[in-house]
Amino acid sequence: MTTKTVRNVHVRTTINGQEMEFLVPPYMSLLDALREVVGLTGTKEGCNDGNCGACTVDLDGRIVDSCLVLAPEAEGKEVNTIEGMATPQGLHPLQQAFLEEAALQCGICTPGFLVAAKGLLDNEPDPDEHRIRHWLAGNLCRCTGYDKIVRAVEKAAKA
Amino acid sequence: MVATFEPKQEYRVIGTRPIRHDGYDKVTGRAIYGADVKMPGMVWADALRSPHAHAIIKSVDTSEAESLPGVLAVATAADMPALEGKEVDLGEGTVNFKWASDNILASDKALYAGHVIAAVAAIDRNTAQEAIKRIEVEYEPLPSATNVAEALADDAPVLLLDLQGNDLGEKVSNTNMAAHNRHELGNPEKGFEQCSLIVEREFTMQMVHQGYIEPHNATAFWDEEDRIRIWTSTQGAFPVRKQTAGLLDLDESRLKVTPLEIGGGFGGKIPVYLEPIAAILSRKSGRPVKMVMDRKNVFEATGPAPGGKVRVKIGVDDNGKIIAATSDIYFEAGAYPGSAVGAAEQCVFACYDIPHTRIDSYDVVVNKPKSAAYRAPGSPQVAMATESVVDEICEKKGWDKIDFRLKNAAKEGTRRADGPIYPRIGLIETLEASQKSPHWNAPLDPDPDNGRKRGRGIAAGYWFNVGLKSAVNLSVNEDGVVSLVEGSTDIGGTRASVAMQAAEVLGLEAHEVRPVVADTESIGYTDVTGGSRVCYATGYAAFIAANNLADEMKKRAAMLWGIDVSDVHFQDGVFSSKTDPELNLHFRELAGKLGDTGGAVTSTGSVDLEDAGGGFGVHIADVDVDPETGKTDVTRYTVVQDAGKAIHPAYVEGQMQGGAVQGIGWALNEEYYMENDGVMANSTFLDYRMPTSLDLPNIETIIVEVPNPIHPFGVRGVGEVPIAPPLATVANAIHDAVGVRLLETPMKAGNIVEALEKENS
Amino acid sequence: MHPFEYVAPTSVEGAVKVLGEHGERARPIAGGTDVLVQLRGGRYELDAIVDVKNIPELMQIRNDSDGLEFGAAVACYQLYEDPGISAEYPGIIDAASLIGGIQIQSRAGLGGNLCNAAPSADGIGPLIVYKAVAKITGPNGSREVAVEDFCTAPGRTVLQRGELVVSISVPKPPKGFGAAYERFIPRNEMDIAVAGVASSVQLDSSGHTFEASRIALASVGPTPILCGYEPGSSGYDDPLAGKSVSEDSIAAAGKLARGSASPINDMRGTIEQRRHLVDVLTRRTIGLAVERARAAL
Ligand SMILES: Cc1cc2nc3c(=O)[nH]c(=O)nc-3n(C[C@H](O)[C@H](O)[C@H](O)COP(=O)(O)OP(=O)(O)OC[C@H]3O[C@@H](n4cnc5c(N)ncnc54)[C@H](O)[C@@H]3O)c2cc1C
Ligand code: FES
Ligand code: FES
Repeated sequence: MTTKTVRNVHVRTTINGQEMEFLVPPYMSLLDALREVVGLTGTKEGCNDGNCGACTVDLDGRIVDSCLVLAPEAEGKEVNTIEGMATPQGLHPLQQAFLEEAALQCGICTPGFLVAAKGLLDNEPDPDEHRIRHWLAGNLCRCTGYDKIVRAVEKAAKA
Repeated sequence: MVATFEPKQEYRVIGTRPIRHDGYDKVTGRAIYGADVKMPGMVWADALRSPHAHAIIKSVDTSEAESLPGVLAVATAADMPALEGKEVDLGEGTVNFKWASDNILASDKALYAGHVIAAVAAIDRNTAQEAIKRIEVEYEPLPSATNVAEALADDAPVLLLDLQGNDLGEKVSNTNMAAHNRHELGNPEKGFEQCSLIVEREFTMQMVHQGYIEPHNATAFWDEEDRIRIWTSTQGAFPVRKQTAGLLDLDESRLKVTPLEIGGGFGGKIPVYLEPIAAILSRKSGRPVKMVMDRKNVFEATGPAPGGKVRVKIGVDDNGKIIAATSDIYFEAGAYPGSAVGAAEQCVFACYDIPHTRIDSYDVVVNKPKSAAYRAPGSPQVAMATESVVDEICEKKGWDKIDFRLKNAAKEGTRRADGPIYPRIGLIETLEASQKSPHWNAPLDPDPDNGRKRGRGIAAGYWFNVGLKSAVNLSVNEDGVVSLVEGSTDIGGTRASVAMQAAEVLGLEAHEVRPVVADTESIGYTDVTGGSRVCYATGYAAFIAANNLADEMKKRAAMLWGIDVSDVHFQDGVFSSKTDPELNLHFRELAGKLGDTGGAVTSTGSVDLEDAGGGFGVHIADVDVDPETGKTDVTRYTVVQDAGKAIHPAYVEGQMQGGAVQGIGWALNEEYYMENDGVMANSTFLDYRMPTSLDLPNIETIIVEVPNPIHPFGVRGVGEVPIAPPLATVANAIHDAVGVRLLETPMKAGNIVEALEKENS
Repeated sequence: MHPFEYVAPTSVEGAVKVLGEHGERARPIAGGTDVLVQLRGGRYELDAIVDVKNIPELMQIRNDSDGLEFGAAVACYQLYEDPGISAEYPGIIDAASLIGGIQIQSRAGLGGNLCNAAPSADGIGPLIVYKAVAKITGPNGSREVAVEDFCTAPGRTVLQRGELVVSISVPKPPKGFGAAYERFIPRNEMDIAVAGVASSVQLDSSGHTFEASRIALASVGPTPILCGYEPGSSGYDDPLAGKSVSEDSIAAAGKLARGSASPINDMRGTIEQRRHLVDVLTRRTIGLAVERARAAL
């Protein structure tokens, strides 16, 4: 019964537009694979059980908690993380709005909120406040009381 | 003598809302938090924790864990220095060394479920987790006491056999009551005789957690010279150094602590938990060792806010004056003495000018994690009690709730119940602003058409704020940009608010001062980011450093112009000659000409501020209560608060909103729900139930500015005040909606229904 | 976490084979929102996890005149984002759209919800009141089990070694049918039911008389409870059949449901609170079910 009784598995996936391959233990979460294997630490761990949304990534066009996805499940899929949100041309309007509206304090929840909010605006360009609050209910923020986050998403939607 | 300042009306940078300097890194995922640290050769460690709330540790056998492939080192309490009987200063006064050490790695007894018994370093996280399962511990479980009533019962199990309780100066042994203090002012018994109405209530409150999203973490490397480097998410790098050095019995200068970005703290990331363990494991393995708690560890074994009991009795005369008030405050310290009950004494009647008061406080050890600071420690619990009783008095007497508070409000010259006399404070202005607020003046429909009952509540709250030590270094770059180095870790935008104060002095834009939070070898001693002190005290240090920098720049200008330094004038960023109007240079221009004037221009500023100037807030809430289910939703919420001077108003609002929402969670749902065996049942975010975005309305804010005379820009701490009023604000709103007064937190739906049924039968 | 293998078969037979080989030491993973949490929490150890999302039968959705059939690994959002299913099966959608939050709903499904057999599961009651059936395949072939007979204890089901649920089949509701699910949670999202009630009603053509009904309770017993039914038995005592739609009859159903509940005290609620909530939620869901039934008359 050691950790070496199972072989690592090979995963081929596209991360932030870049095709990638890596080896992971089969029980490793996508979150840990991103952070520890691929080296993308922008996706955060707050609870490791699906309750805080800090680990939110976009998996084939749907937002998911990457702590509740096994890394091998990403085989053949597209993963988009906070690191892929800005382009060389500049910040995503949501990132800009978060800065302008002071929608972050400690910032640990921010990557998760941004990826989640992008998932909303990509499909619903003009959500009302209630819809934004509903969509973001899977993301906990303990610092801001959500007010400025909601306003930033509203602002980005209008931008 | 404390320096005082006349506030200016007009500022260039202060009061604006620039984008914070660290913002770009934080919206792109580049910012490095403690758990993101990686270094060559780094390994992971995890800790074995007690499943029992109270047990004797009879033996610990780590041999099987040690033989697991991939395991590099194991640590137990035997690896901690044994300094039995010694007291150490870990930054908050001296503490019993054994207790402090035992809280990190239990030696003879486990005092709460989650208490660390041993730890293992291994090649990866999963191996470490698998290894700790192989440690064999023989426990002798003991009965537990997880609340004040159980801990003070005659037959209570005694947690700390070496505890000498202090009961008003008398030593008591064989007890869980660590301390009983008293403050008395005037003659409360006589005072009550003059009252026409006396209301006395006892409130029961459950322990709550700060709930920061980032779990505790630490990475340590113990090198060949016996120097230890630590990387961690902390509210204070220097206090981490002091505590870790104290616990490992090493000179402080052997440690270098590098603070990483920190994902929330609210007081809970002041104590160290993992740092000494990671250091020991690093010494034993020769590797950098990283530890990250999981969420259950965070709930079970870090430093929550005390639950307890608060009794408050207030008497008024027919003129609407409070004549006398008494309070008995019992706080759960957790497993070792030292709850926030002392701070609670200072806050319980702080909003009022009361001639006769008595406050008794009790610090009680229980089988729960040792409590720590949580945003205005102690104040929310006592504000719940006092402000609920004040509300009841106003209801019974038919008095306007703001007028009554105005009539009794503490002001400059009022003696606070525990002794100190207030300097200039802004409670009256805050109450007046509340009275004029759109929310307070909006009509309220008690029977909205959603089948709910609607009510409105109001309450006030106080926090004294702290000053303490901060240091700031400045240096001028050739392009005029000033580098600012500070020791205050930035949890919510303080890099910006500190830099803005330097920029204001130097006539620069906010982004022209570039702030950096430094390690313990790169800046002078700086106390924790806590007590609402950073914008105030580190900002003050930045003000001093900036003035020193301007003085040095004046010398350089004088040198360049060949005039006497006394002839150089500096204002709004421009150096000029007082006599020759041709000679003037903006700070930026002068910075580019420093080449041959004597090397780099640098300055420092440091402060040790005894006073801080307290802050007050008044909150207004509308709630909808479903009378059938007891479900309570906050539908409108306003925070009114005296900020002294808001340096960056958006982040001041953010503090007000965030604090209010933590208070709303505390009021309605959050609690340590303990099973009969003393184990916390709800140690996940799912069942701890902090508010989500869908549970809240927008939080309206009104910033009142009554400048703090002892700060150059009038700043008062703003971070903590806003968590004091919400518990009572929500309780009073529930009462207004459905007519029942809950004497507890959390005010759970089921309890509201039960109270309604009792009321109706 | 005890190390386990990851297996991703592409056929039902493939999955049955691995599950049969490992028995208790292997489990399917659909959305993973229960199984991964339970693994990390140390509730059990596995040697293999069987990802069933690459098996076409477990990912299919069919909605036609016979009814609705969806694969056991279909995620919640696939149901509620389908306008046809949303319109025709609102009582199921009530549950599918409130499990967890958006991130959870991207992965979690009603198949996993059912197989996890949590007393608090939101998805099971609605399936029961729609008379849904679980289609199971195992080493010995296929069988069907009514959802009300599926859960046997907390976390326990009728599934035998090597068996998996392939799909869930819901008969097409007749005219005059309406259903709804409501739960009580202290927050507004991301919470586990203190109590939940699913109700369905079959009204006569006038819309004023109940012809049939079902009331299923969540979080108030070791398994979901269908009021008036003993699991495994053939008898069913319909609480509303033949009664006129009135406040009185609905209130009586609330009382009856309250009596069927056998809750416990725990961190999420007390016995008394849960019984009370069953009464309230039964009345509310019947009211909504009637409204929905009438709208479709
Ligand atoms: C943050 C959070 C919030 C949640 N909120 C809710 C909520 O509001 N309401 C609620 O009811 N639940 C909730 N849950 C629990 C969980 O999301 C649901 O039960 C969900 O429906 C499970 O579906 P899944 O596909 O993720 O199941 P999985 O975790 O994949 O599987 C669940 C169980 O079923 C077994 N299984 C899966 N597929 C099959 C199959 N085809 N055949 C046989 N066995 C199978 C698995 O082995 C496992 O034992 C929540 C969970 C989290 C983490
Ligand atoms: S870390 Fe994944 S949801 Fe919290
Ligand atoms: S900004 Fe700190 S948790 Fe959201």
